[in-house]
This record gives sequence, C-alpha cells and structure tokens, in this order.
Amino acid sequence: MMETLTSSFTTEGYWELFSLVRNSVITAGVLGLMGGLIGVFIMLRRTALVVHGIAEISFAGAALALLIGVDVVAGSAMGAVAASLLIGVLSLKDRDTSAVTGVLMPFGLGLGILFLSLYQGRSANKFGLLTGQIVGVDDIQTQTLVTGAVVISIALLLIWRPLMFASVDPQLARARGVRVNLLSMVFMVLLGVAVAMSVQVVGALLVLALLVVPAAAALKVTVRPYLAVLLSMLFALISSVGGIMLAITGTVPISPYITTISFLIYVVCVLIGRGGRTRRREAAAALTA
Amino acid sequence: MAEAPMAELSNPESPKTGPSRTEPFATGPLVRLRDASVGFSGRTLWEGLDLDLAPGEFLAVLGPNGAGKSTFLKVLLGLNRLTSGTAEIAGAPVRRGSSRVGYIPQQQTMPEETPLRARDMVALGLDGHRFGIRLHPRRLRRRVDELLEAVGATAYADMPVGLLSGGEQQRLRAAQALASNPAVLLCDEPLHSLDLNHQQAVTELIRRQAVERGSAVVFVTHEINPVIEHVDRVLYFARGQYRIGTTAEVMRSEVLSELYGSSVDVIEHKGRLLVMSTLDESCHYHPEELALP
Repeated sequence: MMETLTSSFTTEGYWELFSLVRNSVITAGVLGLMGGLIGVFIMLRRTALVVHGIAEISFAGAALALLIGVDVVAGSAMGAVAASLLIGVLSLKDRDTSAVTGVLMPFGLGLGILFLSLYQGRSANKFGLLTGQIVGVDDIQTQTLVTGAVVISIALLLIWRPLMFASVDPQLARARGVRVNLLSMVFMVLLGVAVAMSVQVVGALLVLALLVVPAAAALKVTVRPYLAVLLSMLFALISSVGGIMLAITGTVPISPYITTISFLIYVVCVLIGRGGRTRRREAAAALTA
Repeated sequence: MAEAPMAELSNPESPKTGPSRTEPFATGPLVRLRDASVGFSGRTLWEGLDLDLAPGEFLAVLGPNGAGKSTFLKVLLGLNRLTSGTAEIAGAPVRRGSSRVGYIPQQQTMPEETPLRARDMVALGLDGHRFGIRLHPRRLRRRVDELLEAVGATAYADMPVGLLSGGEQQRLRAAQALASNPAVLLCDEPLHSLDLNHQQAVTELIRRQAVERGSAVVFVTHEINPVIEHVDRVLYFARGQYRIGTTAEVMRSEVLSELYGSSVDVIEHKGRLLVMSTLDESCHYHPEELALP
C-alpha cells in the first residue's frame, strides 16, 4: 500500500511519460471544459443524481456492447442517451427526476452486472468501464471525444437563455412561449452524451466529479451566471488535467486524483463562499430594514 | 419586442412619451371571450363565458380553489385550450408567448443558490425566450436598469435573487411583466404572502400600468380587499358557474349564496368586504373553501 503511494512521486522522465499521454490530457481538458459548462445547468435543474444514474446505466450499455462484440464507447453512449431520454420522459410531468432515477438505476446496474458475468473475455476490460480508461485513448478516439465535447458546448450556448429561463422559472418561461418540455428533453439528450463521454475519462462511478462538483463549487462563490460558468469550467479543467498529470507518475489510477482535486476545490469554495454569503445576507437584510 | 423605454412609468410627464404610448391600445376590447368553456377529462370547469375587457379596466377574478381561476389565466396565456368558444387578446386569437400579454405568476421563492442577480432575472423576462447569444448586451443592460428603476428595485439590482424577500422578488416579476408594455396584464395571486408594504407597492405598479398606459388587468386573487378600490369588475367562479359584474353587483349575500348553493354572508366594514358562510351543520362550504382572508 505505502509502496504504491510513494511510487506516485517519482519525477524521473516525467515529460517523456507526459508526451505518451498527450492525447489523454487534451481529451480530459476538453471534456472538463464541457463538464464545467453543462454542470451549471445540472446544478440549476437539481439533476445531480440523474448524472449518476445515467452513468451507471451507460455502464450497462457498455457491458452489453462488450458482450455482443461491438464498440464499447458506442455502447456506453447508447446506454447513456437511452437512460437520459427515459428519465426525461418519465419525469416530464412532476419534474421529480431523482425518484425516476432511483427506480431506473438499480435496474440498469443489474443489467450491467448480468452482461459482464456473461462476458468471457479479459477482466481488465470490465474494470476500465467503472474507473475510467483515458490513458489508452488513441488519436481517433481523441478526435471523436473532442468533437463531441465541442458540439455539446456549442449546443448549450445556443439554448443557453431559454434553458436558463426554463430551469429557474418554468412557469413564466412557459407563459413567455418557451417550450419547456422540449428543452427539457434536449437537455437530457445533451446530458446523456456528455455523461457517456465523461465516463471515458473518469469512469461510470466517478463521473460526478467532472460534471457536478466543479459547478457546485463555482456556485458557492458567485451568483453571477457567466462567472459561475467560467469558474466551473476552470475548476473542471484543473481537476481533469491536473489529475492526469499527477497520475502518470505512479501506479495509482487517474480517478482518485481527479476526484480528490475537485473535492479540494469544492472545500476551498465552501470556505470562501461562507464569508461572501454572510456579507451578502447582511447587505440584503440592511436593504429591507 | 417593444423597445419603448419604461422610465416614464415612474415619471409620467416624461417628454419622451410618444403617441404609441399615450394611446397604445385604443381600438376595441383588449380581452374578448365568447361562449368560452373549459374542462378536463369530461368535467367542465366553467362554460358559456362572455367577457369584454376595455383598456384600463381592472378585473378581479375570485373563487375557491379548483373553480377555474388559474385555468382562466392559462386560457388567456394560450397555455390551455378552450373546449368551445373563442378567446382573443387585442383583436387576435390568444397565442402563447405573445408580447401583448404580461404575466406575474404566483410568488414562489427562488432557491438561495440560484446564480442570478436581480438584474439577471429581469433580463430573462426580457429576452429569456430567445435562442443564441445576446447581441446587444449594452442596450439590454440600459433597459434592465430602466425597468429596475421603474419598479423601485435599483437598490438591490446586484443582489442574488435567492436572498431577496418575497416582496422584492415580486417587484422583479412586475418588472418582467411590464417590460413589453403589455396590452393585457395577467396577475396570478401576485400579493400572496407579501407584507402590507410590498402589497401596496406591487398593487400600485399594476394599477399604474392600467391607468397610465391603458392595459387591461386580470387579477386572480383569494382576497379582494387589498385591491378593492381599484377593481372595476369582479368575475366570481364557483361550482362550475360564474357571476360577473361590478363589485357591488357580485359581492352580495344573495349572489354568492346562489353561486355556492349554500348560505353565504357578505359583510361590509369600512370599505372592506368579509365573506363568510353561515355556520350551519348542513353547510358544505366552510370558510376556508370560500377563500377567506
């Protein structure tokens, strides 16, 4: 145990190692930026649990792909989009996404375990699905993931205002002609694809660290919408790229580094945010007085 | 969207006032319902409603929960279809998202961590329904500043909405609703859970929109007293029926007793109205169902 950890701190030949994982760093950085962007809406719409649910069901999709011998990335993407659409449709009426997710998640996980147990191949493949496998990405995968992240980010920027409106004030947004339900489904599809891609970086179990934690941290320190997004993207970028750069020095997998960095950022933001919040609350009280 | 400056809302003598604003909606009734009926899954909420609202007219919509008050608003917003009849706003069939209609929804508290300042919320009311990125941020900012000033919210323009009181949030909603200088202003319990000061302030904003700019106001409420001196007519829904007329015509013991099908007393005290059911064992409508204060 200790040896594993201390071996993390060798710096010999670091940049040679780094050049080997250049693709991974680029991919992680771009996915981090996208995660930070979509994360703000995940927090606004209170769908953090949905992210976890989609991630686990995408694991079932990947396991099925492994079993029937098609591309695992495609399988996980299909699983994620199917899950997000299902959750979206089932929660249209009462917006209670966490209940629907709670119902679907165990079913999806169970399917995933079933598919994996039927699969006869190498067990290492099974693990990669859960904890991330970004060190192995090749040029084509990098291209696909970066393209996907850019497309999702652009789509989010285009629907930004109505999505924000529908998320914070659905009643008025609907009255002003915003297609709240349609937007909700579009968001779920974008979220599904984003989760499927992030699963490639940190794995199904830890996807919340890229999609939720940075945004949650940003919202602790600012109430300005654009600043919240910029900070969230910055935090996600630091977590994902920083995590890989630390991880390549040793034998500990990437995920714990990413999750630890993002958690530390969150803790710092909570501490900073407490002071700011008290000040703002006092200012608000002074206004009403 | 109308780009008319709103500043003269707080300064009616503003020399900028153009002809379009002194006589904005002069022709015909602003709201017109003909033989309008609404129902859900076989049950009729109300039917055969005829209504014309003139410019500047203030209509209070009253009735117990579930009698169809909110549905009435949704029809005018284009969110609910009539099962029969027609509904028009300013001469055109109702349409969802119309800029001729302003809407102040029921007050609902924003979560504390909502990443919006007061000015961001007003800005969403202005252009939140549009796709793409904002093209004229400076112009928008000026307009938002004007609106904030018009509703007296400048002092907390940069405060997070989640930390504002219900009354302060409701002023922002008024700013959102008045942004397009709407021909018809629809209000869904806008004073609910506000303290007296904010009740008066929000009422005043709505009244000014009616009196100075000629909007027709539809004001859904449980409690007529806070607005009673502004009300021109009352539309009272109960038990699938409705009564419409001036306050004096509708808010009478005989009329409401007939509408509820049980004995109801309307008592006037210093210009305020008290509606109470006679406390009788056989009475099906208890005071809380009559929407008492």
